[in-house]
Amino acid sequence: MTSCFVIHEAPVRRVAIFGGTHGNELSGVFLVKHWQENGAEIQRTGLEVRPFITNPRAVKKCTRYIDCDLNRVFDTANLGRQTTEDIPYEVRRAQEINHVFGPKDSDDAYDLIFDLHNTTSNMGGTLILENSRNNFTIQMFHYIKNALAPECCPVFLIEHPNLKYATTRSIAKHPVGVEVGPQPQGVVRADILDKMRKIIKHGLDFVHIFNEGKEFPPCTIEVYKIIEKVDYPRNKNGEITAVIHPCLQDQDWQPLNNGDPIFLTMDGETITYEGDSTVYPTFVNEAAYYEKKQAFVKTVKVKLTAKCIRSLLP
Amino acid sequence: MAPSTWSQPTSHCAQGPQHVITASWLLTLTTPAPKEAWQWQQQQCDDGGSRIQALSCGGLRSRAAAGMAAPRRLKPLHRVAVSGGTHGNEMSGVYLVKHWLRDPTELRRGSFAATPFLSNLRAVEKCVRYVGRDLNRTFTAEFLSSAETEDEPYEVGRAREINQTYGPKGSAQAFDFMFDLHNTTANMGTCLIMDSEESLLPMHMCHYIQTHYTQSSCPIYLYKLPGEESYSIDSVAKTGLALELGPQPQGVLKANLFAEMRALMACALDFIELFNTGTVFPAFKTEAYKITGRVDYPRYPDGEISAMVHPKLQDKDFLPLNPEDPIFQPFSGEEILYEGDSTIYPAFINEAAYYEKKVAFVKMEKRTFSIPGLQRE
Repeated sequence: MTSCFVIHEAPVRRVAIFGGTHGNELSGVFLVKHWQENGAEIQRTGLEVRPFITNPRAVKKCTRYIDCDLNRVFDTANLGRQTTEDIPYEVRRAQEINHVFGPKDSDDAYDLIFDLHNTTSNMGGTLILENSRNNFTIQMFHYIKNALAPECCPVFLIEHPNLKYATTRSIAKHPVGVEVGPQPQGVVRADILDKMRKIIKHGLDFVHIFNEGKEFPPCTIEVYKIIEKVDYPRNKNGEITAVIHPCLQDQDWQPLNNGDPIFLTMDGETITYEGDSTVYPTFVNEAAYYEKKQAFVKTVKVKLTAKCIRSLLP
Repeated sequence: MAPSTWSQPTSHCAQGPQHVITASWLLTLTTPAPKEAWQWQQQQCDDGGSRIQALSCGGLRSRAAAGMAAPRRLKPLHRVAVSGGTHGNEMSGVYLVKHWLRDPTELRRGSFAATPFLSNLRAVEKCVRYVGRDLNRTFTAEFLSSAETEDEPYEVGRAREINQTYGPKGSAQAFDFMFDLHNTTANMGTCLIMDSEESLLPMHMCHYIQTHYTQSSCPIYLYKLPGEESYSIDSVAKTGLALELGPQPQGVLKANLFAEMRALMACALDFIELFNTGTVFPAFKTEAYKITGRVDYPRYPDGEISAMVHPKLQDKDFLPLNPEDPIFQPFSGEEILYEGDSTIYPAFINEAAYYEKKVAFVKMEKRTFSIPGLQRE
């Protein structure tokens, strides 16, 4: 019995779990490979769950990518690019993936994709949200956060006119990023893999319960919304001249205020944050972001509300 | 390594129990127990026939009883090199050397100035461990003396260049000392890596660092297995030491480890300066970890790993691992326990670069060594 306005959503039947989008982020690689051999853990009645390695060549070489970052090329231009001989490997791969799990923005696309990532940053078990109005995903994140409590499960919202990037998972109707750290590239830590495994378990439980017809009342979650990227200080030659300050290192999701240290130069000088308001940094000292000119990302806390949802039963 | 001069102790011995004890020795030497001094003398005597005579000489006994084991004399160190980027994605050394190439002031002391250099330039550029093969496994006679070929890995050519500039390995022209700066994804703290307890000068340097750098404990790791040919970059010089700091992910520069590596280098260079200017370093006893073997991951028939380092072993470098302690956690199934007979000490636990070398961790034994005193020639 409910008095709220209910959004009836289509049941979620076709789910994929992507690992190895970055070939050296090993929790997802090993989980997906394990589930491909023995998928009992990820099966739920009423839905198909397909584990899949998205960048097998990068996985084989245990490197982030071969030619370009796979997790940045699922935009319309690249997906529609003509397949010539010298097309970057990852663009060709993106087109294949779009063909199998998409097409992006069509009715045939997969309902839900979990995309498994690791980071060298101290982000814990972070869920990445692409769209602030996706009721289903927000409800899922609310469910997962409650299931994992008191352990923290921050939600990172990458919706932004310029900073949002075209992810592998974005071809699905409900894209979910799972980013667990800190873990070095090329290393699989049992504690980090376990955390990722739990997140997926609760995510799939949610889908199952949703499909069975349970009504999820309106809920509100706190998310961290991206506002700006901050690069390292560099010299004329583009070389980094300062390192993340020890006071900022490992402090992902902790408040950063005006005057707080952010960088330490090679000569021992502290560079402080200059801003009008408190921000919450994340992706602090991520290895793969040195080349993307990103020392950390600034976020602000935002409350998102999801409407009441229930699946359309047959 | 052969001791340099032994004229002083043996001449004392030849004189019998009557011998001259210099005041400086009294001040600087610790007093080893007679038994230890006896063992020490025995060790030294193995190096040369004339010294075997000394064993039966009562003079040595009484000198030992008086705690007057003579410091060994080695040549001062004037040509010292510091290598960073031997693995291009181990960032503390890369950035330190880049900083020193711009401003070498910190590397200068009164009696010498250390020369910094980036060893694996191409790997540093691409921020990878290596491009063709691991540079730090390429300093063997086989590679160094091989003829140049067109399709040889980049690192083979580079090893030859480094050998030419800082070696040749094993020759009198080689640099006196080479430092090599590394990071590991393992929780090894500030680890000092050298070949064996027989290398006197690096042992003394490690001891000096341990007693003067008090921010963290600096375990000594003796990496050379008996009979193994040396293959690392520091083997190009007459002697050397590697600094291995972790945990740090590949491709990441952490402020605290950068500062620690810098401070450790400063301490090490201070030691060289003290040594060069005549300080007598007394004999001492030290604990060090000596490699005994390597343990691979459990693997499937196709070679893929089937288990991860167990959470109870993860990050426990240099802590005792006892029989039946858990070591691996399979992706599904029962945990795997350590099946050795006795306690060992693990290191390089879950080092990213060692998955392909089939090493989940190395096994070490903790040993105590008596190290003779040291003084410059």
